[in-house]
Amino acid sequence: MSNSFRTTNSTGLINKDKKINFTFNGTIYHGYEGDTLASALIANGVHLVGRSFKYHRPRGFLGVGVEEPNAMVQLHDGNKSEPNIIATEVELVEGLKAKSQNCWPSVQFDIGEINNVLNRLFPAGFYYKTFMWPKSFWMKIYEPFIRKAAGMGKAPLLPDPDRYEHNYEHCDVLVVGSGPSGLASALAAAKNGARVILAEDKPNYGGSLLTDEVTIGNMSGKEWASDTISQLKSMPNVILKKRSQVFGYYDHNMTVMIERVSDHIENPSKYTPRQRLHYIRAGEVIVSTGSIERPISFGNNDRPGIVLASAAKEYMKVYETLVGKKPIIFTNNDTAYSTALEFIKNDIEPIIVDTRDSSNGELVKEVQQKGISIKFNSGIADTKGHLKINSAIIGKLDSAKESFISEETVECDCICMSGGWTPTVHLSSQAGNKLKFNDDIDAFVPDKKRQKETAIGAANGSFTLNQSLAEGFQVGFDLSNKFTDQNNPTNSPNSNEPSYEKHEKLWCMPLPSGKKPKRFIDFQNDVAVSDVELAIREGFRSIEHVKRYTTLGMAGDQGKTSNLNGLQYVSKIEKKIVPEVGHTTFRPPYTPVTIGAIVGREVGNHYLPTRKSPIHTWHEENNAVFVAAGLWQRPRYYPRGSEDMNSAVNREAANVRKNVGICDVTTLGKIDIKGPDAPEFLNRVYTNAWLKLPVGKARYGVMLREDGMVFDDGTTSRLSENHFHMTTTTAQAANVLSHLEYYLQVVWPDLDVNVLSTTEQWSGIAVAGPKSRDLLSKLFPDVDMSNEGLPFMGLVDSSMDGIKARIYRISFSGELAYEVNVESNYGLYMWKKIMEVGQSFDIQPYGTEALSTLRIEMGHVAGAELDGRTIPFDVGLNSMVSQKKDFIGKRSLSKDAFTESDRQTIVGLVPLDKKTKIPEGSHIIEDNSAVAPIPKLGHVSSSCWSVEYNNPFSIAIIKDGKNKIGKNLYAVSPLKDISIPVEVVSSHYVDPEGSRVRS
Amino acid sequence: MLEIKCPYCGKRSQNEFSYGGDATIKRPQLGEEISTEDWDNFVYYRDNPRGKHSELWHHVSGCRQWFKVSRDTATHEIFDTCKMNEDFNV
Ligand SMILES: [Zn+2]
Repeated sequence: MSNSFRTTNSTGLINKDKKINFTFNGTIYHGYEGDTLASALIANGVHLVGRSFKYHRPRGFLGVGVEEPNAMVQLHDGNKSEPNIIATEVELVEGLKAKSQNCWPSVQFDIGEINNVLNRLFPAGFYYKTFMWPKSFWMKIYEPFIRKAAGMGKAPLLPDPDRYEHNYEHCDVLVVGSGPSGLASALAAAKNGARVILAEDKPNYGGSLLTDEVTIGNMSGKEWASDTISQLKSMPNVILKKRSQVFGYYDHNMTVMIERVSDHIENPSKYTPRQRLHYIRAGEVIVSTGSIERPISFGNNDRPGIVLASAAKEYMKVYETLVGKKPIIFTNNDTAYSTALEFIKNDIEPIIVDTRDSSNGELVKEVQQKGISIKFNSGIADTKGHLKINSAIIGKLDSAKESFISEETVECDCICMSGGWTPTVHLSSQAGNKLKFNDDIDAFVPDKKRQKETAIGAANGSFTLNQSLAEGFQVGFDLSNKFTDQNNPTNSPNSNEPSYEKHEKLWCMPLPSGKKPKRFIDFQNDVAVSDVELAIREGFRSIEHVKRYTTLGMAGDQGKTSNLNGLQYVSKIEKKIVPEVGHTTFRPPYTPVTIGAIVGREVGNHYLPTRKSPIHTWHEENNAVFVAAGLWQRPRYYPRGSEDMNSAVNREAANVRKNVGICDVTTLGKIDIKGPDAPEFLNRVYTNAWLKLPVGKARYGVMLREDGMVFDDGTTSRLSENHFHMTTTTAQAANVLSHLEYYLQVVWPDLDVNVLSTTEQWSGIAVAGPKSRDLLSKLFPDVDMSNEGLPFMGLVDSSMDGIKARIYRISFSGELAYEVNVESNYGLYMWKKIMEVGQSFDIQPYGTEALSTLRIEMGHVAGAELDGRTIPFDVGLNSMVSQKKDFIGKRSLSKDAFTESDRQTIVGLVPLDKKTKIPEGSHIIEDNSAVAPIPKLGHVSSSCWSVEYNNPFSIAIIKDGKNKIGKNLYAVSPLKDISIPVEVVSSHYVDPEGSRVRS
Repeated sequence: MLEIKCPYCGKRSQNEFSYGGDATIKRPQLGEEISTEDWDNFVYYRDNPRGKHSELWHHVSGCRQWFKVSRDTATHEIFDTCKMNEDFNV
């Protein structure tokens, strides 16, 4: 079987000079350049592609493009493997590997097909009914069974090796779809000077012009399309994108388009992305997405070989491929006759079955003139053929067309069916357009728009070429006129196409006599006419409910070929007109989108930006283990030799208490505050007083939110009369700046103050420990480092090796400590210099773990205590709250709940055995033997190993904390089955008088 | 993704901005005697209208200015934007 289903003509778009080899289910086939996986398989006589979702019925191709519900395959192997790919959308590329899904052991013999025999067990809503009882069966028996049976392909378990990119575009007019109306509108808009993007899903521009026998001006439709594309290509204001699907229409005319960049290229270069996601903000969107042919429901209408008539035509005309050699054309309208004529052109005589009593359409007459007889007033009742159709039962319809009066069996190898056309209104609907039902074409069309979106051509229900072109040229010109002042209209050329007679309102055939074969409506979700009947019999009325109960239209194809047929059937049973039944809502994406494309380049290290301090390279060279602090990478500890984390942290912290340590605090937020009202502003922002802070002094400040909760803390220093330097925690730096800007711009615009982030301008180095004074004196011999010269909370400007440095005497560790600030570029130099001079003082770097240990045992609060649920009283900061002035959040502090004396407050905890570390997050309870639910007193916020006392120590926030000091309680973690007896102590575990920082 | 016109910078995509809530809320004066109910109304209670809403936005990844936006909460239509010391034209 080597391409035995190719036509002999070469008028299509494939290149028979270039063979392409591919593998399907392990067999090697060949197709040609320009083929899709679908057309190449059909050319090789392969129609059986996969098994259906619920009943595992053999399935083949229904369509030729995005509408395809059946022919889904698993592509490639290993990390490139991709499930549920529609074979009609895959361009053939050398070495392509595809296999069938949802079948075992093979697509020819599939065990799951037993479901088809047992189909009475799987009626509509079977998930809701069958597995409800007994309840205990759900988790152990039903759920694993369903999980195993459900789903189509297999997701790969390996990381996606491909590269995906994002692109942002702006244009005046985005045209979606390059059929006649799309091309016309793009040309008119571009000629009028607008910036135009034209997007086409397929590898070739032209849409229906590639398959319809029409003329435009003095050219064939196909020639006119190619001529128009050449014109557009030559214009600098036009971007043409093929293989590009606009799948989503979001607010403010933001559309998203997926471009298949290199899937069709045999060996793409390394940095060529596989796909590119375009975010296009368009001034106006023209929806020229065309229409999709509708199937007809009849007995066993899902066998391989039963296709849409338009698909059969496109396979012949574009891919030079025959879907069969003994075709039956089954239709309720005239358009399918063009497929019949195409078969005749290829010397194949089709059998034509038409539900209508007659038709005088031009194509019908042409077929008749060729001597083909047409079975009018007839329909297909049933089909036969297990893995591929081999015959059809054609019946004569009664006058009401509700039963067959006679039946005959006819051999065939394919059926090409047409139930008329459905405008592709998905994008308009996504854009918020309220659709209306057009009775002439029995379909919904866009009506009341909410966004700047205009549907034209078949998508607008305009099914004639003349109308499509006229709309295209007019709308393209009108919309582009909003953006240019050229006022240069393009006239619509004359066009010629056959005239069509009206379709018949009949989309579901009666059952054959004495049989009840399944008549499918939704092929992908295996929803048949009987399922819709059952849903209505069981009382479901709203179309949204019928949809969910039967799952009609809920598969990956979003009901592109089934929604309207389902609706029509509901309206028939309910004896309501379709608009009364209503329609379901369309949502993005129109076609499935690879997760990789949505993620783009934001994977791995690029998931978030990484911020590094200027000293980062030194940390790396000195064996630092890093930890993420927001976006920052900070050294967590610096292990030596085979040290584990605990030993390294204890060594680093102990060295600060004993000698001197150095810590990179560059990440702290820094905000420069200037202006005559700066002191007043700080006075309003912080809970304590700021007006009288002397120049050259720093002060610790706490700021609240309006609800009274502590928002952030830090030291702020006065550099001159109207100039302050604020520091914030690393975590809240950005939020504090927004907060300050809010109060300055929105609440108190009368204050003359400016704020600016200077976090990245300064590099901060903390030098802490009893030997820090001697070390700094050696580094800055000009500065008087004595307690009088530079007292606690003082600051001084100096320089070293010509580098300006600002030295603050502030401490987070509770030791005598300084913070040296230099311009960022000199951070690394200063750090190295301090390390060099510090050697004789036994200096060691310490990371964030030791930093935490030091502050925890001192009882200094940090993010774990300032968690947005604590007021100053709770965390021992009541002395920071001024009683004399008002400030942000002050009024909240006098609310009843905030003044209760037994609020949860900060305490210290020491395990009674002095050995067991208390996990952070543990609950504190009073009675370990009480029956649950046990009242919870509070929780452990921070834990460390106290290097001062050599035992574990924790900070906790517990009910009536101050009065519990000295008591024994339990720290419990039920999930870890931990219960630790603890003694409550003061949170100021080390140096409660604070004498060291002032020494 | 919305497209918002910053009164200082012009039209930018929503991801450059952060939302700041109801623009009609007035903070009580500093030092003002205020009942708990009034204070709670200021801190916590907000209307949640369907339709036109005056709100604050902050051009965080831009000029860092706070400004006012008149937006339809149901359709996201933006009627107007203006600086803090201006009023909407529509
Ligand atoms: Zn701005």
